[in-house]
Amino acid sequence: MSTVKIPPVLRSSVGGAREIEADGADVGEVLRELASRHPATQSQLFSEDGELNRYVNVYLNDEDVRVLEGLETAVTTADTIVILPAMAGG
Amino acid sequence: MPSGAELIRKIKEEIEEVDPKDVHELTRNGNSAVIVDVREEHEFAESHLPGALHVPRGHLESRIEGAVGDRSSRVILYCASGSRSALAAHTMKELLGYEDVASMRGGITLWKDRGYEVDVPRALSAEQRERYSRHLLIPEIGLEGQMKLLDAKVLLLGAGGLGSPAALYLAAAGVGTLGIVDNDVVDLSNLQRQVAHSNERIGVPKVDSAEISVHEINPDVHVEKYPVRLGADNIMEIIDGYDVIVDGLDNFPTRYLLNDASVRKQIPVVSASILGFEGQLSVFHPYEGPCYRCLYPTPPPAELAPSCGAAGVLGVLPGVMGLLQSVEVVKIVTGAGETLAGRLLLYDALGTTFTELKVRRDPDCPICSRDPESISDEEMGVFPDYEAFCMGAG
Repeated sequence: MSTVKIPPVLRSSVGGAREIEADGADVGEVLRELASRHPATQSQLFSEDGELNRYVNVYLNDEDVRVLEGLETAVTTADTIVILPAMAGG
Repeated sequence: MPSGAELIRKIKEEIEEVDPKDVHELTRNGNSAVIVDVREEHEFAESHLPGALHVPRGHLESRIEGAVGDRSSRVILYCASGSRSALAAHTMKELLGYEDVASMRGGITLWKDRGYEVDVPRALSAEQRERYSRHLLIPEIGLEGQMKLLDAKVLLLGAGGLGSPAALYLAAAGVGTLGIVDNDVVDLSNLQRQVAHSNERIGVPKVDSAEISVHEINPDVHVEKYPVRLGADNIMEIIDGYDVIVDGLDNFPTRYLLNDASVRKQIPVVSASILGFEGQLSVFHPYEGPCYRCLYPTPPPAELAPSCGAAGVLGVLPGVMGLLQSVEVVKIVTGAGETLAGRLLLYDALGTTFTELKVRRDPDCPICSRDPESISDEEMGVFPDYEAFCMGAG
């Protein structure tokens, strides 16, 4: 189980949780597991062709998965995945 | 027991004394020695030997290692007449293990009598020395850093939740010029968090209200007011000449516009955003680190980017984030420490957690991978899906 940190804008889609434990061998599997358990997050995380939406930043621990191997980046149970949306409030 | 004068005489015999003539020769011939002024702050501020470091004798033991780390360095100490520096040299040699330390005979008085040049730094007024005394005591700021703050021009984009605490604390810190851009007026619903405003000033333009608060805490700060909405038509003109920009904007289109303009002008931006109980903070230093577009190539759709007006925000949160921004501004201006450039700090007030993420420059960034001169007016703040993504996001 990896830990996925849920940003405030997605919390209503996962029943209010701030963190979700999800299974998967890589980042994509973990996020798809999350989306299958909480279908409201599917369209927010993924485009119709199954790719991560461009406006969603995903970090494995403190590193952007774009500079790792994207959704294919391997994860272990000790890892934390951070879903990071841009915010503009001031 | 010996008298004070006898003690000084005895100590002068035990240490090496050098003549100002020899020190002057050293400074002219590519000085390899470290020259340290051990007088008090006000004496150093009046005038000192060119290139001299300053470690007051009263702080010698605690600060000399910060100034001269290598105990085998040639160190020449001086004071006003050569007594305090002799005592300091004795302490450094006998108690601190400095191997090659000398005291300049006759101090700066004899140096000046010989007609050798001194640096006369710009001085703070007595009132400023008192006002900024707690800064002057921190080695990382000190007189030099305070002068940099007094010379600094900092632009606040927004005099709202983030801009309010930044305006107050940067004014208090002695930032010489504060530009404030905001086209709004003070509303009762602002006062839960926008501490630069007040009940009495509901309905007053925020730039005017913020100016009043700034001058209440520090009348010396020059305030430039821009009661306009920042847009493609005015941004290049408004940000021109500022040293640092504090981004407390409340919408995506202007944040992208600001990024592109600040990269063109090569002005660092201290950026924060807030929502609910969460804040994000980073420094975008053009060409030295990533820009906003490297971090967020595309803004989210409106339903994933609610505004504080629509979704709410804890009133204290922008205080925390605006002050973290202010700290970064002071560091950029004074050169102290390391900024958040290349890092994104997330603050979750509910869980009281700080998370730090790495932000890297995107080699294919549509803006900061290019020469600043090649970025055109027409491109600024624009991307293909701009209208659809951004218009509802404010």
